[in-house]
Amino acid sequence: MTAEPSPQSPWQAATITRIEKRTPRVTSFWFRPSRPFAHLAGQHVDIRLTAPDGYQARRSYSIASAPETGGGVELAIERLDDGEVSPFFHDVAAVGDEIELRGPLGGHFIWEESDGGPILLVGGGSGVVPLMAMVRHRTLRNKAVPVALVFSARVWDEVIFRDELIGLDDRRDGFDLVLTLTREPARRPSDYSRRIDVRMMAQAVERLPKAPRLAYVCGSNAFVSAAADALIGAGVPAGLIRTERYGV
Amino acid sequence: MVTRGFFSGRRPPSDTDARIPPGQYLEQGFPVLSAGPTPRVRTEDWSFTLKQGPKPLKKWNWAEFNALPQSKMTRDIHCVTAWTKFNTPWQGVMIDDILADAGIEPPTAYTLALSFDGYSTNVPTKDLVTGKAMVALLYEGKPITPDHGGPARLLVPHLYFWKSAKWVNGLQFTERDEPGFWELRGYHMYGDPWREQRYSSDP
Ligand SMILES: Cc1cc2nc3c(=O)[nH]c(=O)nc-3n(C[C@H](O)[C@H](O)[C@H](O)COP(=O)(O)OP(=O)(O)OC[C@H]3O[C@@H](n4cnc5c(N)ncnc54)[C@H](O)[C@@H]3O)c2cc1C
Repeated sequence: MTAEPSPQSPWQAATITRIEKRTPRVTSFWFRPSRPFAHLAGQHVDIRLTAPDGYQARRSYSIASAPETGGGVELAIERLDDGEVSPFFHDVAAVGDEIELRGPLGGHFIWEESDGGPILLVGGGSGVVPLMAMVRHRTLRNKAVPVALVFSARVWDEVIFRDELIGLDDRRDGFDLVLTLTREPARRPSDYSRRIDVRMMAQAVERLPKAPRLAYVCGSNAFVSAAADALIGAGVPAGLIRTERYGV
Repeated sequence: MVTRGFFSGRRPPSDTDARIPPGQYLEQGFPVLSAGPTPRVRTEDWSFTLKQGPKPLKKWNWAEFNALPQSKMTRDIHCVTAWTKFNTPWQGVMIDDILADAGIEPPTAYTLALSFDGYSTNVPTKDLVTGKAMVALLYEGKPITPDHGGPARLLVPHLYFWKSAKWVNGLQFTERDEPGFWELRGYHMYGDPWREQRYSSDP
């Protein structure tokens, strides 16, 4: 299960090659590292911004793109208005800028084909980003692995990667998308309009052809705590649940 | 390399600069990090075991452990995800006092801290003794909450905070420096924040 981290992941300059708004608050940035690296679905990079006086700010961002997609990595960054780093990306960063990054990082919150399935993914807000890499990886690599993604967003317009996810769901090839909107009515028959709870997790497990091999939960700390507890309540053994917490 | 257009006003006041290790920023809150769900360990089910390799040396239940001498430590803590928090107040049992109660000297140079959720992390034994580390039972005078590792967590404040294992239930002395959970997954074997030893490839 473990992927050895790449032995060397020093800081390096990466060029922003493309910027695309995903939702009102989330924008994707594509970075081409000067020394390209191979990553695993679920890993992140660290970003470092340096002011003229040498002051540095450093944050982690999950990689949204599949390992198979060459030509750099996609990061999807949510704007926190009073934040330090995320508003810089939204307000200042432009195509052609060089940003320092380091990666790939993280050896636990990853899914590889050899880990098998079925897998249950549970994401809140920008916590969907590493799960998106897993969904894309599975689509490109091995559609035989059943995957259910439960994605909680406040409103329909804040569902990151919405068109792509619904397109994959429509293929009915073993990928199942469940959206739950916490501040708006559900729009699709399979969706919910409430916060994640035990019953929702139990129904998500039932969507899979057999019990999940692994479950991945990612989002804010409060979201991860609530969703992981709900999974345990729905009978998923704690030892199969991997979490990634975005801090506050 | 200077980043075009980055002029943050978030610099720490210069009198605190010297307390913030390289690459870290000052945090007022107390973020939570862990690899899996939060275990709820009841104090009735809690125990703490000292082991040498597989051999148990001594075991305490919750009441016995709480009867050991307690000390306070207020320290700055440094998480590998780049936040630093000043003056965190803890109370608990110094590792020195645990060893004294067991009537032993540290038997080997390396230690694995073990947790209820199967997590482990390695720390050289010398970094645990002579007043450097404790098993903490209280934070800000109150029982440590489950998300912060309660009922008991290791506190090794001079190393990155993942070394301060949550839900700790024992220390195992080992002959060799054996990697724990995060160390097997790419994190540094020692983890000194002042030398920025975050990942295994860091010197
Ligand atoms: C492994 C990992 C992967 C991640 N992946 C992603 C991802 O894919 N996408 C994503 O969007 N995020 C991701 N994050 C979160 C990301 O790293 C940042 O935490 C996030 O972008 C906020 O950074 P910021 O500098 O904008 O905000 P910060 O400046 O860090 O502030 C965060 C919040 O805390 C408050 N705050 C903190 N300090 C102060 C202060 N001194 N004064 C006032 N308010 C303060 C602010 O209210 C703000 O809303 C990830 C985190 C981790 C650990």
